[in-house]
Amino acid sequence: MTHIPFRLDDLRRILREGAGADETVDLEGEILDTDFGALGYESLALLETGSRIEREYGIALGDDALAPDTTPRALIEAVNGELAPAPQPQS
Amino acid sequence: MTDALVTGLGVVSPTGLGTDAFWSATVEGRSAIGPVTRFDADRYPARLAGEIAGFVAEDHLPGRLIPQTDRMTRLALVAADWALDDAGIDPAADHAAFDMGVVTASSSGGFEFGQNELRKLWSQGGQYVSAYQSFAWFYAVNSGQISIRNGMKGPSGVIVSDQAGGLDALAHTRRLIRKGTPLIVSGGVDAALCPWGWVAQLASDRLTTSDAPDSAYLPFDKDASGHVPGEGGAILLVEDAVSARGRGVTGYGVIAGYGASFDPRPDSGREPGLRYAIEVALTDARVTADQVDVVFADAAGLPELDRVEADALAAVFGPGAVPVTAPKTTTGRLGSGGAPLDLAGALLALRHGVIPPTVHVRPDPGYRIDLVTGAAREVALRTALVVARGYGGFNSAVVVRRAEPS
Repeated sequence: MTHIPFRLDDLRRILREGAGADETVDLEGEILDTDFGALGYESLALLETGSRIEREYGIALGDDALAPDTTPRALIEAVNGELAPAPQPQS
Repeated sequence: MTDALVTGLGVVSPTGLGTDAFWSATVEGRSAIGPVTRFDADRYPARLAGEIAGFVAEDHLPGRLIPQTDRMTRLALVAADWALDDAGIDPAADHAAFDMGVVTASSSGGFEFGQNELRKLWSQGGQYVSAYQSFAWFYAVNSGQISIRNGMKGPSGVIVSDQAGGLDALAHTRRLIRKGTPLIVSGGVDAALCPWGWVAQLASDRLTTSDAPDSAYLPFDKDASGHVPGEGGAILLVEDAVSARGRGVTGYGVIAGYGASFDPRPDSGREPGLRYAIEVALTDARVTADQVDVVFADAAGLPELDRVEADALAAVFGPGAVPVTAPKTTTGRLGSGGAPLDLAGALLALRHGVIPPTVHVRPDPGYRIDLVTGAAREVALRTALVVARGYGGFNSAVVVRRAEPS
């Protein structure tokens, strides 16, 4: 299911599908401001996660959106920034 | 020179998960060969396999490892855990990271993972290929994942020489231990029972097309028609004997000798290399032919190759002079996992004083070997020879000697 906007539960699902989950981390908990490295995801896991988001939502994410020191909040904002309709030109 | 002592076994065999299940099935001659269930093999010329049933990776491994591993790697990681546990080693506590290495054998890499990702590439596009394809298919991936999981940063590597690789990896392990690394995780596990892996194996022209599990893989039998492929293998924990005995560990046995050779060009008229590999292994182990108590044969299951092996054994040991067995008749040939599983079987045979049987086979007396068939043979054993050949001309032989309490 593709939800617009992109929400934390969408990210959780994609993380689980693409990279699995670390048993020592509660992915269902308050993870918005915990960086991905601390959640147990290394660069390759984030590459896979980013690739799954890109193809599911039809967007392109920059490299900065997927660094291990990025947080879920920052990634969600980046995804929603790409999903937002382009502003209508003012005449 | 220090001894390389096997102190832990981790067995993932079609005949049993774990050493005890494997050994009881092996001694009793229970075969795991049956119709392929992993995929629909009906339209392939070969339709039998030795499959591992009941392995649930999620019961043994962290969730983060599942999306990034082929079946062979999951099996290898669990086997490595069991081998460490068997040896009483806690890698985080007992050794410095650089004092532990990993050397496994591989013959095909993670074929099933690779097949699934290639299917996505061609049917959906490159965007759909898992990032983990970058390493999950790779020959060295079992060594890499075992190293990472257990924090082992010492010398590591992978040996790729088909079935012979399982012995070559143990030989390299012994080399590294002699150079000063006290602990190496070794052995091999393969699991290429998917259409791509199947076709790759069919290309060897060595698979039987029989549909009868009890008469398909018949090495040294007049009715030999090729082999049945299987999946699995064994991971062996090998330690510097001084270091292990310092913990009060007796271990299973010592990797006492090794020889390897490469066959001459086909039709050259020169003798195949197997006899030479066996003789080098015996010399290296400083044992004479009459001191070898049992041979675990390569057992190709094709008349021409069985002849080469039987002739080599008769030349080295004398006709019928040493008991020969091929418990791989219960599992099929396991790629790089076959020889490590035979080594595990040989070490258990030494420990228990039992030669497990070759199943289903009625030996052709023309081969002039004393093949142990029917029931297991109870006899005191001190020294065993394990022979393995790899497609393309690889011959390897390892001598193992029973560990004696110090």
